[in-house]
Amino acid sequence: MDFSLTKTENLFLQMIKDFAENEVKPLAAEVDEQERFPVETVKKMAPLGIMGIPIPVKYGGAGGTNILYSMAVEELSAVCATTGVIVSAHTSLCAVPILEYGTEEQKQKYLPKLASGEWLGAFGLTEPNAGTDASAQQTVAIESGDNYILTGSKIFITNSGYADVYIVLAMTDKSQGTRGITAFIVEKNFPGFSVGKKEKKLGIRGSATCELIMENCVVPKENMLGKLSKGFSLAMKTLDGGRIGIAAQALGIAQGAMDETVKYVKERKQFNKPISAFQNTQFQMADLETRIVAARLLVRQAAFKKDKGQAYSVDAAMAKLYASETAMEVTNKAIQFHGGYGYTREYPIERMFRDAKITEIYEGTSEVQRMVIAGALLR
Amino acid sequence: MNIVVCIKQVPDTTEIKINPVTGTLIRDGVPSIINPDDKAGLELALSLKDSFNAHVTVITMGPPQAEDVLREAYAMGVDRAILLTDAKFAGADTLATSHALAGALRKLDFDLLVTGRQAIDGDTAQVGPQIAEHLDLPQVSYLEHLDFDGKKTFTIKRRIEDGYEMLQVDGPCVVTVLSGAYRPRYMSVSGIVEAYSKNVEIWGFAQIDVDEKDLGLNGSPTRVHKAFSRGVKSAGQLYEVDSTEAVGIIMSKLKEKFII
Repeated sequence: MDFSLTKTENLFLQMIKDFAENEVKPLAAEVDEQERFPVETVKKMAPLGIMGIPIPVKYGGAGGTNILYSMAVEELSAVCATTGVIVSAHTSLCAVPILEYGTEEQKQKYLPKLASGEWLGAFGLTEPNAGTDASAQQTVAIESGDNYILTGSKIFITNSGYADVYIVLAMTDKSQGTRGITAFIVEKNFPGFSVGKKEKKLGIRGSATCELIMENCVVPKENMLGKLSKGFSLAMKTLDGGRIGIAAQALGIAQGAMDETVKYVKERKQFNKPISAFQNTQFQMADLETRIVAARLLVRQAAFKKDKGQAYSVDAAMAKLYASETAMEVTNKAIQFHGGYGYTREYPIERMFRDAKITEIYEGTSEVQRMVIAGALLR
Repeated sequence: MNIVVCIKQVPDTTEIKINPVTGTLIRDGVPSIINPDDKAGLELALSLKDSFNAHVTVITMGPPQAEDVLREAYAMGVDRAILLTDAKFAGADTLATSHALAGALRKLDFDLLVTGRQAIDGDTAQVGPQIAEHLDLPQVSYLEHLDFDGKKTFTIKRRIEDGYEMLQVDGPCVVTVLSGAYRPRYMSVSGIVEAYSKNVEIWGFAQIDVDEKDLGLNGSPTRVHKAFSRGVKSAGQLYEVDSTEAVGIIMSKLKEKFII
């Protein structure tokens, strides 16, 4: 067992920290305040290969590991959680399922564009009446000649409106329940496809979250992703991978809040001494730091297992559960350390607190993670 | 077009501590980076690679761990990397360093040799110009901008104290680059992933063309008499007053300390 980073990982961290600090952090407050999708940041990340880290070189990716990918999402999220989720949803929920389930033609067609960042990707599973119970899909796909005709709507879709390609789940056989769900690769220009209203959110306000509307949307049969009726399993496995990304995002938010707090408690003086000199500060921060390091070990373990081709579903659930609850606790206490200043938008802590909450909800709520973990434990 | 860039691994700090006994730098715990002026030079070379398909070789002289800056250069996009390392080079001052580098450069074919203006650890700005002298090549120091005509002529904007000069020079030639001249690109992810599987050539005395007496401590005329850290001064007292009042305060302080 070796916990030290490789030279490649150290070199990668040097680059991504530098990029996050100089290109992403300066925009974070503005992107949040204006609820603006940071298109320019995506354009800067694309040529560096950040939009295709775990995609093989032969499909135009960087050929990196999931460890590197998780480090990228963590470091970006430490300064701007919006940027972190753009990369995570694009990579884990769109490019990776095409890599893992796509035909060679689909990989050749979509991966180079996605990995290079020329195209942005998204994933449509959630519906108004199908949240945690994703099996209650109402979007239907009806076979018609060389096409499937999709009808229905999806909600809370990250990157929607800016994405060029969407993985969409739909019922091909309603009578079969979860065994009647199929995945499709839907391009934004397919007839009958449109993007609906944009959500106004508590946090990650720069990320685009909209409704997808399919009104007799024509999807060629060759765009079926994976096998007919195997969409539910594909979606669940895709979310297993996505959880590594969201766990890394939550970890990044926690680390970002910790970095700000360490700086603040050393500078802020009350009763003639820095508040870092108070044992209350020290003990609480020691506990938070321990949680952050534990969360990082879980995230890296899940990414490591995925890289090695081992089963990682439970590891990813634990990583996401623990990292997201850590993000909530750290940002909550970070505001307390900052006092009134922490409650204002002069400091980034209140944004981080708002951003943290979603990590307990999307790509499987904390309750779903507990179901996955307990399910494996008590099987 | 072939370009060679000389880079140096330096400690990443402006607050370098010095061992008071030996007079040498304490490097422990200080991260190492590519010297900023050299990194700008690297960017100049890579931008010429982008525009003119130039082949870029990077060379560094240093201990074996200096290999790390060559890996970083690979991740930024260079084509070839050479680490010049040998016990015979140890203890070199700028003259012996430039002799060793010139010895290596005699073995390389290039149209443009790029160095940084100076390193943030030594601050001499001597090595680049010395290499040019050893190789008998034209040199332009303090480069702020370079244009290439695509054939053999470089048009260079050179920073001087109170302005700039525009110069034209044909390759092969030597330029020393200012850190502000070119903003270095980020390493790419694929470059990073491949960096440690690429070949770093290790060259020692046997591979280069130089007289052994010009190398290492023997080839170094510089002798460090004494090195010391500046002592800590007290913060002093600040008066925000007009000049008339200031004169009075200064006079009384000088008298108080029996200076006048």
